[in-house]
Parts: sequence; structure tokens; C-alpha cells
Amino acid sequence: MGKKILLEHIDKPEIKGIEGYIKYGGYRSIEKALKKMTPDEITEEVKKSGLRGRGGAGFPTGMKWSFLFKGSDKPRYLLCNADESEPGTFKDRLIMEKIPHLLVEGMIASSYALGVRTAYIYIRGEYMYILRILEQAIAEAYAKGYLGEKILGSDYSLDLYVHPGGGAYICGEETALIESLEGKRGNPRIKPPFPAVAGLWGCPTIVNNVETIAKVPFIINEGGETYSKIGIGASTGTKLISACGNINKPGVYEIELGLPVEEFIYSDEYCGGIKGGKQLKAVVPGGSSVPILPQRLVTKTAAGTPRLMSYESLAEGGFQTGSMLGSGGFIVFDEDQCVVRNTWNFSRFYHHESCGQCSPCREGTGWMEKILHRLEHGHGHMEDIDLLWDVQRKVEGNTICPFGDASAWPVAAAIRHFRDEFEWHVLNPEECTRRNYGMGVAAAEPELV
Amino acid sequence: MAKVTIDNVTVEVPDGTTILNAARAIGENVPPAMCYYSKLKGSGGKCRVCLVKVTKSSEANPRGMPKLVASCCTTVADGMVVENVTSPEVIEARKGIVELLLINHPLDCPVCDQAGECHLQDLSYEHGAATTRYDFERRTFEKIDIGPYIQLHMNRCILCYRCVYTADQLTDGRVHGVINRGDHAEISTYISNIIDNDFSGNVIDVCPVGALTDRTFRFKSRVWFTKPMDAHCDCDKCSGKVTLWLQGEEVLRVTGRKDQYGEVDEFICNTCRFERKKKSDWVIEGPRRIGTHSVISQNHLPYELNVVNPQIAQPQ
Repeated sequence: MGKKILLEHIDKPEIKGIEGYIKYGGYRSIEKALKKMTPDEITEEVKKSGLRGRGGAGFPTGMKWSFLFKGSDKPRYLLCNADESEPGTFKDRLIMEKIPHLLVEGMIASSYALGVRTAYIYIRGEYMYILRILEQAIAEAYAKGYLGEKILGSDYSLDLYVHPGGGAYICGEETALIESLEGKRGNPRIKPPFPAVAGLWGCPTIVNNVETIAKVPFIINEGGETYSKIGIGASTGTKLISACGNINKPGVYEIELGLPVEEFIYSDEYCGGIKGGKQLKAVVPGGSSVPILPQRLVTKTAAGTPRLMSYESLAEGGFQTGSMLGSGGFIVFDEDQCVVRNTWNFSRFYHHESCGQCSPCREGTGWMEKILHRLEHGHGHMEDIDLLWDVQRKVEGNTICPFGDASAWPVAAAIRHFRDEFEWHVLNPEECTRRNYGMGVAAAEPELV
Repeated sequence: MAKVTIDNVTVEVPDGTTILNAARAIGENVPPAMCYYSKLKGSGGKCRVCLVKVTKSSEANPRGMPKLVASCCTTVADGMVVENVTSPEVIEARKGIVELLLINHPLDCPVCDQAGECHLQDLSYEHGAATTRYDFERRTFEKIDIGPYIQLHMNRCILCYRCVYTADQLTDGRVHGVINRGDHAEISTYISNIIDNDFSGNVIDVCPVGALTDRTFRFKSRVWFTKPMDAHCDCDKCSGKVTLWLQGEEVLRVTGRKDQYGEVDEFICNTCRFERKKKSDWVIEGPRRIGTHSVISQNHLPYELNVVNPQIAQPQ
């Protein structure tokens, strides 16, 4: 059983309210931070902890904080990115729904570390019921004196607001989030300048994921050193993994980074194996944007070493034979699932969610979706597969924000590892329309039969 | 000042200059720009055809940039080395982006008023492929008349946002913008409003394609049959410096004076553009030169066309 930092008391219903939360040790970090620590000391602890951004990119949080421009008298802002909309990722929802005060506490501590007087939680529009939960939690924190003027008798004051988005995936991109928060169309900005220099209303801004912020109280309480000892190598600490797909126990698991993927899928403590005793076919380990891994690369890397749940191990082998930890949306496919259909489904999502600002993404996502739709519905040609490969290459890396990459990577990986399945769709147009799943393990992974 | 090398030519430009403007200072092999407009603040970065490769970020940081960057919104640093036409990667990416720009474009150049001075036409002539690989239905919109002078033909639009910035920065009371998202995003006045202010006509000049056209000129003539003349008049709203497009003695249309990159020198008012349609309204300065890159001046191809002659089978 790995160490739990966030979800230790998740099964206690009273932790949702402030009394229960304090009973289980909540808000200790605020007292410690405000009374015993300077803002720079907290940043230093976060640096020491090796905490990395949990939104997908895995950028070291302490380093991001140290980029915050402090040379002007402009106000600084901390934004919490709760616009969790990646297909397959639903980890932030759990924190906000069950332990909203953890996020509020993290926001207060982080805001103090960054010298922020106004902080926002930007939550996706579909989470309207969570918005109410957070508002309730914030109201309770105000009543207890953890928010507002002169927190706990210190000189520090903070206002925290929750702002719902309109329900656009692109507003999870930090600059699009800022635009949306400013009341504009949620188009990503051109970087540089980065938000740490000119973000919300042109002021220095830090944008962090919910899970990242929720880790901060632990780091303050126990010290960065303690946190850095959990995990493996540069992947320190724990990570929430939202597991779904054909597994016996889908749900959100807090794992210690470095857990073998095989154990995560098959042990009863986590996913509990593939549903119905079927064969594993493929895994998307980090949300829809990351490359899919075929069975032979899931539990072992191309070099033959066991694959671990960590930033480094999942990325081993680059995109040729690896993937990414991403935001932790772990999607498992059994032998009956069709990779072409799944790729089309992802592509359809990206087509729908593209903001339409820059041309490769606007036109390319639609084109990819149409080709995949054709292949999946039995009207494809052999040239379509090469065309699809070519289109994704034109989109990847040529766009303003990482959305273009995110739409191209799953397509590229699907063709790279499951080209025979695409060809099967072209050669068996009738069969692939008759049965909605793919051809099963025999054709996808011949070496297994 | 920063020294920057673009395609092996070194130029010294002030700090804060973009790569595109540094290339314009050199004057040769300038990356194309469909959305950047030097007179409009905030424009650029959207069309991605100006992508270049930075092989050395600066003197202090000899590593290159991992991705291709948009030259119109990346500022130079001292010692930067940039590859534009010398990089096969850039040519390839640009070709791909032109293809993507064209997949939903109706290619109705034979009936489009912009034909002959269309940036997309020039661009596809230089970088595009002769055939299309896109065999799906193209997206279509209804034509909208926005006001008595301007027609919006959304099918042709490449969403460069230039007209949005023009409306924002040049005129009061912005009434149009972008609605919807993805490939169904459209420029709109939101439920067919009209654009009604003195400088609204400039959206026609800034449009790189034929999406916004002059209703007083529509279908009157082709651009290459008209003769451009510089002219001016006393105008209390604008500088009055314009280009007249004449057919015989008749003024078919009036536009701003565009430089070699297709950007107007000075924005003109609607009175000059739409109402002064008599030659006697203007003081003619002289004929205007047309840049050789324009399709108007291309009477012959610079290369041999790869024509496939049908082989007729000989009876044995």
C-alpha cells in the first residue's frame, strides 16, 4: 500500500465540511506558513520537494513559482486550473467534490508564498454542482478567518473567488484560461510573454492545476524533504490516476510514483485486472492527448525493463515506443476494442473543441476526424492511412498552443502501433461496420496468438 | 541593437523587432504573412504560414528553438540564426499549412473580386500543390451584406482576424467579431447587423482574401483589366491619399495605397472609398507600380509546367 497524501481521509464524509476537515488535521499548514515561515521559505520547500505540475506537462512547480515577476508594483495573481476536461481524466473532480477545503487550503498557502492578494479558481462550466461546493467551502473558510482581511491575525489578506467557464476544453490552456477569466473569447495567447510575466490583466500570474495546489499543504506541514523521498527519481510524490476502460475497478487512485504499470493494472488494490478475464490490448496512460501504448509496450519498455508509473519511465523510448504520464487519465482497452474507432472518437473531440484561432489546428482537426470517420465506417482507402499520417504531421508543432500536438499525437501513435488494424478496416469494409469493435487480438497482436 | 542572421544574410535591427520585420529589412526571401498586419496591434501568429526555424536562439543561448516559430510574433535576440527558405523543414511545413488553408476554401477565383490581388492566391501559387487531397464537402456559409457597401463571403475567409482588429482599433462601436469555434468559427456581425461608421471600408483593404468585398465594385471588372493610379483629394476625415483603379475614364474602385507586403500606408474613409467615384473628384499623381510577385504581373510561369501528354495506344 503506497503512501497517500491527498486521499487519506477521503472515505470520511464529514471531511467535506470545515469542522471535519480541521478534525483530520486541515488548515495546519496555514498557521505554520503565516506564523513561522516567510513566502520565500515556502517556495524553497516546494522547490526542494521536486513537485511537478499535475496538469499534464509535469513542469517543476517550484521553478514555475520562481519565474513569477516581482519587479513591478502590479498585483500578482494565482489561478487554479480546475478546467479538467481531458477525456479520461477525472481526478480533480474527486478532490473538489469530496475535500474542497484541501484545495482552499492549498490556495491560501500558495497565495501567501507568491505574495498574491486575489486568487481565482477557474472551474469548468460542466462542474456547476462543484462550484456550489467550493463556494460553500470558501464561505466557511471566510467565517473561520482563513480568508479575508488579516488572516489569523497576521498582516496577510487574501480574497478567493470561484469562476465557472463556459465549458470549453481549450480554456484549460493557461493563456486561454486567462483570456476567458478576463471575459474574452477563450483563445490561447501567443507566448512569450509567459503568464508569469504578463498574465491576468497584464499582471504576473501563476496558473497551477488543482492537484498541484492540493499538494502544497503537505509540503508545508511535512517539509519538502519528506515529500521528495516519496516516489522515484525526478518523479517525486504521489499522483492521482483516474483509471477507466475495461478494468474491474475503475476509479481514482492515489499512487506513489514508481509503481509498476503491471501492478497498477492487475493488482486488486488498484484496477483489479481486465474485466471478464480478457486480454489487454492497449493503454492510453495519461489522458486522450498522449500516445496510445500497445500491449507489448505497456508493462515493459522497448528495452525490456519494467515500465513504471512515472514521468520518466512512461516517456522512455520517446514517441516511438513510449508515451507520457500526462494528466493521469489511464484508459485501458481489452482485446475487443477497436483502436480506429477510439482514435476517431478522440479526433471528434478535438475537432469539436478546437478554438479555430490558428489554421493548422482549425482545419487539420476536422480533416483528421473526417478521414477517421470514413475509415471506421468502411469507406476508407489505403491511401487514407498515409494521408492521415501526413495531416497529423502538418498539425503537430505548428500551432500556437499545445492543442495541435494533443490532437495529432493520438492519431500518430494509433497508426504507428496499429497500422494493421487500419488496413483491416479498409480491406473488410463490411465487417468493420457490422461489428463496432475491432478485429480482436489475433490481428492486432499476432505474436500473442 | 541585435544582429540577426536570416538565410545567411546578417542584418542589424533594433531590439524588440520581430523576425518577420528583420527579414523585411533585408528585403529578400521574406516569409509570407496572411494575418500579420504591421498597422494593427495584436495581429499575427494565427495563420502560421510565416513559420521559420531558429537554429540558434541568441549569442547567450546557442541552442535552437525546438519547434518552428511564427516569425511575425517572435522577437529577435542578438546572435540569432534563422532559417527560412534554406530549411527544407520550413518549406515542408509551409506547404502543409497552405494545403490546410485551402481545404475549406471554395477556390472560386474565377468569380472572386479579389482574384489577382489575393494573398492566398499568391501563396498557393508559390507554395501549394497543384492538386488537392481533400475530398470531403467543404464548409459553406451564406453570404451576408453588412451594410450598403460591404459584403461578407465567409466561405473564403481564412480567419486571420485582421478585420476584427481593424474594427476594434480604427473605428468606434465595434459590431463584428468571431463567433463559434473550430472550423465552424465565423466572422459575424451577430445576426446580420450592419457595419456603419466612417472607416468601416478598411476591412476590405485588410482582408487578405476575397471574404470582404466592395459592393460598389462587385463583378464590374477583373483587377488586371483596371489601371491603378495614385491620387489624392482634400478630405476632412482622412489623409485622402488613395489608389484609383480606372477603366478608361471611369473610376471603378478606390482603395488605400498598399505597399509591397499588401499593407495600406494610410487608412482611408468611406466617403473617399465609396462615394468619390468620378475622376474629377481626384488629383491624379501618376500610375502605380504593381509588384512582380502579384499574379497580375505573371504572364508567364517561371518554370515549366509538368504537363502529362496522354499517350494514345497504337494499334498493333
